[in-house]
Amino acid sequence: MNESQEPALRVTDLRTYFPVRSKGLFPKTVGQVKAVDGVSFSVQPGQTLGLVGESGCGKSTTGRSVLRLIERTSGRIEFDGLDVTEMSSREMVPIRRKAAMIFQDPYNALNPRHTVGAIIGAPFAVQGVKPPGGVRKAVQELMERVGLNPEHYNRYPAEFSGGQRQRIGIARAVALKPKFIVCDEPVSALDVSIQAQVINLLRDLQDDFGIAYLFIAHDLAVVRQIAHHVAVMYLGQVMELATREDLYSRPLHPYTHALLSAIPIPDPRAQRQREHIMLSGDLPSPAAPPSGCVFHTRCFQAQDICAVEKPEIIEFEPGHKVACHFPIVEFLGTAPITGLDPGLTKQTGAAGEDRGSNDLIREIGTDYGAAPNTPIDPGPAIWR
Amino acid sequence: MVKVALIDGPDSLTGSEVASRSLRKIVWTRLRRDKLAMVCLFILIALYLIAIFAPVICGLLGVDPYSFDKESISDSGGGPVGTWGGISTEHPLGVEWGTGRDIFAQLLYGLRISLLIATTATILTVFFGTVLGIISGYAGGKTDAVIGRTMDLILAFPFLLIILAMSGVLTQRLTALGVPDGNPSRITYLIIVLSIFGWPYLARIVRGQVLSVREREFVEASIAMGASRYRILFKEILPNLWAPILVYATLTLPTYVGTEAALSFLGVGVLPPDTSFGGMLGNSVSYFSVVPSYLFIPGVVLVVLVVTFNLVGDAVRDALDPRAGRV
Ligand SMILES: Nc1ncnc2c1ncn2[C@@H]1O[C@H](COP(=O)(O)OP(=O)(O)OP(=O)(O)O)[C@@H](O)[C@H]1O
Ligand code: SF4
Ligand SMILES: [Mg+2]
Repeated sequence: MNESQEPALRVTDLRTYFPVRSKGLFPKTVGQVKAVDGVSFSVQPGQTLGLVGESGCGKSTTGRSVLRLIERTSGRIEFDGLDVTEMSSREMVPIRRKAAMIFQDPYNALNPRHTVGAIIGAPFAVQGVKPPGGVRKAVQELMERVGLNPEHYNRYPAEFSGGQRQRIGIARAVALKPKFIVCDEPVSALDVSIQAQVINLLRDLQDDFGIAYLFIAHDLAVVRQIAHHVAVMYLGQVMELATREDLYSRPLHPYTHALLSAIPIPDPRAQRQREHIMLSGDLPSPAAPPSGCVFHTRCFQAQDICAVEKPEIIEFEPGHKVACHFPIVEFLGTAPITGLDPGLTKQTGAAGEDRGSNDLIREIGTDYGAAPNTPIDPGPAIWR
Repeated sequence: MVKVALIDGPDSLTGSEVASRSLRKIVWTRLRRDKLAMVCLFILIALYLIAIFAPVICGLLGVDPYSFDKESISDSGGGPVGTWGGISTEHPLGVEWGTGRDIFAQLLYGLRISLLIATTATILTVFFGTVLGIISGYAGGKTDAVIGRTMDLILAFPFLLIILAMSGVLTQRLTALGVPDGNPSRITYLIIVLSIFGWPYLARIVRGQVLSVREREFVEASIAMGASRYRILFKEILPNLWAPILVYATLTLPTYVGTEAALSFLGVGVLPPDTSFGGMLGNSVSYFSVVPSYLFIPGVVLVVLVVTFNLVGDAVRDALDPRAGRV
């Protein structure tokens, strides 16, 4: 892989706010839901960026804003080095060949009134692409490629199971060999036994066609199986961004630690011994995000400064970004990273601390979840 | 290239039965299983055929709705000679009071005009209601507001009063526009007013459905592909609206037959010697105590028409349900 290559997708300081309107005869905009609030990342060709976070943290909004399916508030979006941010929907039409989307709900994402053939053939029809040998042949090849029986060309979605429908959605997404695909929780609605098959299929297609994925999921266990890099989101902001190896073995952000501790470990003994970090309190509303660090209301590391000053996302180590005043560094307790009053620094190893002990950190640092099926080359650092 | 296993565990579908089926075929297969619906469908088709071939049928039976038969009515008072309103081999359903015109022939010709008006008006209603409802629901904003207020305005109109009051002026206007004078103009007028006052009801239903269908992700998938607005509205969304539209159409058509009958009764409909159900019912009321069959015959056909249409509509809706069991 070539460092100088343009990323398949680059997003810079993306913000998407939804207006909150008052009820009544003359609705007025009374506030904003900051669904996405200053998110930057890029995805290299043929690689996967996993985007993880709790429900409602703005993952789908990020994915949809990136594809210009909803209007962003500010920020820049580039496909393959081409700035698409200001393009009209008409100008976007040819660009949409390069980018596709796979949806979470395989029941809603396929038109129940169209045959599978029409659904997978739609990108050809919409984009006016005439594959050699005809659309029907191309569609049947795609069906075979994603593991569907090509003879089921004339069937309707209702005649397929959830996993098969997701395969139909995948075939449609890869039909025109796009440069990248936004996968919005593509396996969350599927049985666990089928999840792995679909993830393997996505990986195979990535290898074959060199597609880049923005892979959205709400748990780190799924992302681990496919992502080269992982971004952890909380309330519309990226908390941590790292290679898969770094994120799972040396997480820096308290929120990432909390998410990782929620992944079950197959070994029941280890599972029992491991300390679970329970986040206190509820997820705050993105309409009224907390001051300072958005995570401070639930953070077990929080100090006074956290409620006041927002931690900027910085490159803590080469290729490992984090937005936290007190990132958790393995064996070293927490280290202040901005020019803070040293008195604020919390010594996690000190006696009498209720949470965040060295034991916990060591435990967290060792192993989260099952090993991935195959090792994935983390690739070059993708951010500047 | 890595081949993906065709096996999906418990998730797989047996690949043996391979069929090429269009939506129409699926609906038809399901409909055919519904005995009652099939009977109703048969009756409806029969009624339409009878209406279309009314002149042929009347010719074969040697009756016609226009000629007076002085023989069949009594000289004193003009009542039909014989029992049951003058039923005889010459006049299978009896004759009209006062003129001796054949009721069977009138019924067939009346059915013809009633179905012509109701069917044409239904087609127009469905067309405008669907198109404007889809646009209104999908576009939102100003377009939705303009269409919505227009619908409110039409629905708030005292419909009957307007139709009655405007009929003279507007029928003349139609004649001036080149529609032949007399009944052709009056029929056109009826079709137009029924459609104008009918489409907003369907448009409201369609708009409501569009508001929910457009939130389904396949619409977003279509946008993500770069689909045109036309494609999204009429290829993605419209096919999901067939069930309510067809049901509405099958309910509207018999209603229009009834409305047309009422309007004819009130004097806006077709003029003698032509007749429709409304005209016949209107005539028959005066003689009800003496010749009840004159009222009952068009009445029964009207009821049959309404009931069969409704039953077929229900069956079509069930057959169109994508969640219904596999065929
Ligand atoms: N169209 C909209 N109008 C107003 N608010 C919205 C809209 N879409 C999303 N939101 C709000 O924006 C926030 C982020 O939503 P989003 O769907 O992006 O979350 P998510 O991370 O994808 O969650 P999930 O895991 O449940 O899919 C939520 O608080 C949601 O209520
Ligand atoms: S900045 Fe403070 S509140 Fe925010 S994650 Fe870091 S320690 Fe927790
Ligand atoms: Mg989502």
